[in-house]
Amino acid sequence: MIQIRNLTKAFGSRVVLRGVDLTINEGDFVTLMGANGAGKTTLLHIIATLSKPTGGSVSISGYNTADSATELRRFIGLVSHKTLLYDDLTADQNLRFYARLYDAPHPSARIELLLKQVGLWGRQHDPVRTYSRGMQQRLAIARAMLHNPPLLLLDEPDTGLDQHAADRLNELLTAVGADQRTILMTTHNLERGLSLGNRVVILAKGKIAYEAQRQDVTVAEVRERYFQYVTAN
Amino acid sequence: MTEQIHPLPNSIPASATVPRGFAGYVRKVLAIVGKDIATEIRTKEMISAMFVFSLLIIFIFNFTFDLRAENLQTVAPGVLWVAIAFAGMLGLSRSFVLERDRGVLDGLLLAPVDRSAIYFGKMIGNVLFISLVELFILPIFVILFNQAAATLPLLCGVVILGTIGFASVGTLFSAMAVHTRAREVMLPIMLFPVIVPLLLAAVRLTSAILDNTPLAEVSHWLALLIAFDAIFIAASFMLFEYVVEE
Repeated sequence: MIQIRNLTKAFGSRVVLRGVDLTINEGDFVTLMGANGAGKTTLLHIIATLSKPTGGSVSISGYNTADSATELRRFIGLVSHKTLLYDDLTADQNLRFYARLYDAPHPSARIELLLKQVGLWGRQHDPVRTYSRGMQQRLAIARAMLHNPPLLLLDEPDTGLDQHAADRLNELLTAVGADQRTILMTTHNLERGLSLGNRVVILAKGKIAYEAQRQDVTVAEVRERYFQYVTAN
Repeated sequence: MTEQIHPLPNSIPASATVPRGFAGYVRKVLAIVGKDIATEIRTKEMISAMFVFSLLIIFIFNFTFDLRAENLQTVAPGVLWVAIAFAGMLGLSRSFVLERDRGVLDGLLLAPVDRSAIYFGKMIGNVLFISLVELFILPIFVILFNQAAATLPLLCGVVILGTIGFASVGTLFSAMAVHTRAREVMLPIMLFPVIVPLLLAAVRLTSAILDNTPLAEVSHWLALLIAFDAIFIAASFMLFEYVVEE
């Protein structure tokens, strides 16, 4: 579904991605790990069409993100450590706004379904700023799922969550992944990442340093590789 | 989440790149305007700050200048546009700063919305908020500066034209300034030199209205104001995409 070929990205003189090659097939749940500053968020932003590559290409189902960005966004959902929600608006107002931007069909029914699935039905008329961090992140997942995207990008979605909220998020992501959706998730939590994904990728110094199918490796092996590249970084 | 209203597409269909039409574009512009209005209704941050600031300017100028009749006619148009420009600057500076600081700008940029629709949505919102403040300060201005109430309709026309031009370029510069460190300082530094022609035209037209000068004698200023609006709406529409892209 996603073809990334020789992707480079520089911010001025600072090169963040140095020729990333990666193929993500439909239905894959890829866990992307790497040290802080390795380029994980930059890579996700380029796939999400928030940022343009300096070199190389990214195509999603054959459509180049540079040429078809506006239309491709219909098929991409992003959950980041920022919730992308308006704090002063209610959950319902936030979701209705995004439903209009994404031309989501049957918005009222869709919003009710999603809010029930993330466990926020009953709080939909409360301003988002009254929500806990965990509740906001669950609402962010509902926002990202409004238009039922086949591709979901998750950028450290468990940042700032306590154990209970993180476990609840895990359950939601497991359910999302069960829909044969293509998911790319960045995380610093090895155990959580490996429990959810079927592929693991480590990004180091702007390049793919390690790739493996989940069933071919153990947590210990991945941990060893991860620290090898993190300390080298 | 196994219950779905619509089947999950296994791949992006060929129709993915079919444009959604003007009606869809307008819907998204209005969605952004509606969102800004809903936020402002809840917070009242922008309008209250603009209203109080513009009122203060009018009152301070009213008290500090020598208010003999001949001075009033000379000073009044300038005072009005100083109040509008500085109060409008307050509103514009918050326009994208709130989006950026609260991390929601990416939410707009992630949506399948043409960048120009985001520009027009924010610009229309800014015009509405500034106009709402002007709706209250214009009558106060007319009273404090002893102007005829009959001048209000024409004054409103000039003020609306000036506000559109101010908001059109101000929205673009607000989006630029939000990426800088000293954004509160950068916006007025960038904006004021560019809007000099607009302010000149607006002040001259306001003066003509207050003096009962036939508009035919100041039609060139009206033409300048309209041309400014048209040029900067078009330029901002084209440039906005490059300002917000990483």
